[in-house]
Amino acid sequence: MRINAKGMHYRPMNKMIRDAVASGEKEFVLDNIGGQRYIGAGLNENVTITVNGTPGNDMAAFMNGPKIIVNANGQDGIANTMNAGEIIIHGNVGDIIGYGMRGGKLYVKGDVGYRVGIHMKEYKDQVPVIIAGGTAGDFFGEYMAGGLMILLGMNGKNPLVGDYVGTGMHGGVMYIRGAVDPSHLGKEVSCFDLNEDDEKIIGRYLKEYCGYFGFDFNEVMSGKFTKLIPVSLRPYGNLYVY
Amino acid sequence: MKCDGIPSGCAISGMMSEEGKRIDGSAIIRSIACMHDRSNGLGGGFAAYGIYPRRRDMYAFHMMYDNAQAKENTEEFFYKYFNIDKDEAIPTRKQKGVANPPILWRYFLEVPVNKLESRSERDYVSNAVMKINSDIEGSYVASSGKNMGAFKGVGYPEDIGEFYKLEEYSAYIWTSHGRFPTNTPGWWGGAHPFTLLDWSVVHNGEISSYGINKRYLEMFGYKLELRTDTEVIAYLFDLLVRSHKLPVEKAVQALAATFWKDIDRMEPQQKKIATALRQVYGSALLNGPFSIIIGHNRGVIGLNDRIKLRPMTAARKDDMLYMASEESAIREIAPDLDEVWSPRAGTPVFGTLRPEVE
Repeated sequence: MRINAKGMHYRPMNKMIRDAVASGEKEFVLDNIGGQRYIGAGLNENVTITVNGTPGNDMAAFMNGPKIIVNANGQDGIANTMNAGEIIIHGNVGDIIGYGMRGGKLYVKGDVGYRVGIHMKEYKDQVPVIIAGGTAGDFFGEYMAGGLMILLGMNGKNPLVGDYVGTGMHGGVMYIRGAVDPSHLGKEVSCFDLNEDDEKIIGRYLKEYCGYFGFDFNEVMSGKFTKLIPVSLRPYGNLYVY
Repeated sequence: MKCDGIPSGCAISGMMSEEGKRIDGSAIIRSIACMHDRSNGLGGGFAAYGIYPRRRDMYAFHMMYDNAQAKENTEEFFYKYFNIDKDEAIPTRKQKGVANPPILWRYFLEVPVNKLESRSERDYVSNAVMKINSDIEGSYVASSGKNMGAFKGVGYPEDIGEFYKLEEYSAYIWTSHGRFPTNTPGWWGGAHPFTLLDWSVVHNGEISSYGINKRYLEMFGYKLELRTDTEVIAYLFDLLVRSHKLPVEKAVQALAATFWKDIDRMEPQQKKIATALRQVYGSALLNGPFSIIIGHNRGVIGLNDRIKLRPMTAARKDDMLYMASEESAIREIAPDLDEVWSPRAGTPVFGTLRPEVE
């Protein structure tokens, strides 16, 4: 199904998509998108949505299954509380992407904004993954409770990651391709070198990631990664006990 | 104007031609309309610079009156303190979604030199604005700068723009606001932009330091009568840049002050400046979430709070600078851009009229 979204409000457009999904449609191409919110939100089927234009906030919120490809920059709140599926963005994205994300993959070619992966979480085999090819703003992985984030800095911009990295982090793992200024680390995280298992894990995701965006896998893997994990699973466990 | 105290977030968009090209108001309306769902119909407004070239040296007062009495009292005040070159109704059209407007009138004023005494002309005009807002019942100044004006009211911004016939004005700077009031009432005087002289501010967020900022500004004679936090931002720029003559960069650093932990890591000279700014202007520090666009006669300033609790995207195309809460609002009016970026927290974006442009 192809929709010309020029001048369309998000409500009728998303209803068209939901109705078509219910009647078995599997492929969607949305043209002339300009800020329509909630694209793919709450969808449970394994459909593919291609977005041409700038999608609005909270794209793929509560999404559970679909694959979304965006041929532009994204905005704020992408993959909010997403449960399953895959998002591939051929551009940069805004703030609070992956907010409370609990499964699925979010692959961004360029830069990501502030508070990426805030309060991501995991449960058993439900492990959300965010990979960004460029740089990240402040509060990367704030209050992160689970999941996996990889930041590559392939465009060489400085700084690679902003201040307050992993503030409040108490679960999950981040891999950053480069050094992190110690003064920019949250109190709740520590830096480590990668071991063999780490290399295997990131290699698996990055192979797929590089395939989508045309990055050279060997070049990506040749960088020196820093692994960040939380110091404590309960950083505030004693906050109110005195 | 009704101010019923219904507790009622926001959208901002701005555009500027650094070469001073004048653009009609239809584009900025389309841009802010793209973010319709960020507002709730309780406030919309626009600031436009370069719209009164034939009276560019006069103060253009855009007034909002509750009733004829307020208009009469204010005009008496104007006769006493100014030379009125011209006054007229601000042109409007009937517009669905815009109800019960106040009386909207504009005046082109000159300051009689013999009235100035030892004050500067701008201090004189600023005092007049404060007097009207606080002393004349039912009378509010929407804007008071030269060759600029604010057009605001209760409604969705695109409806307010149609209401004021903004397609008939040409400006080299346009800023706009769609309101979703949360802590303060939605009323005509409380719509953005907030202005004083050439300064205008559109703001998404809330200034939690409002009380401290208000008390600080009152020490310098400012009167905060508009029942909305954003008012302090306009007056702080006026105080710091116009009165205290701080460079704009330093004024911005005073408002979105450097964190002490970052000051500790600065080079000695920078450290001294940053420390002095925090010490002298502690009460001017803006706390709480904000993304703002400040307009003035020579340019625009975009600024986020220090930890970026509100969104802002900036873009350039040739001599045009765009800033908005969402990239889509920029793409709506400028699909092909040379550069698009998200300004970092507390880091200003400047649009500046080229020096050769008068």
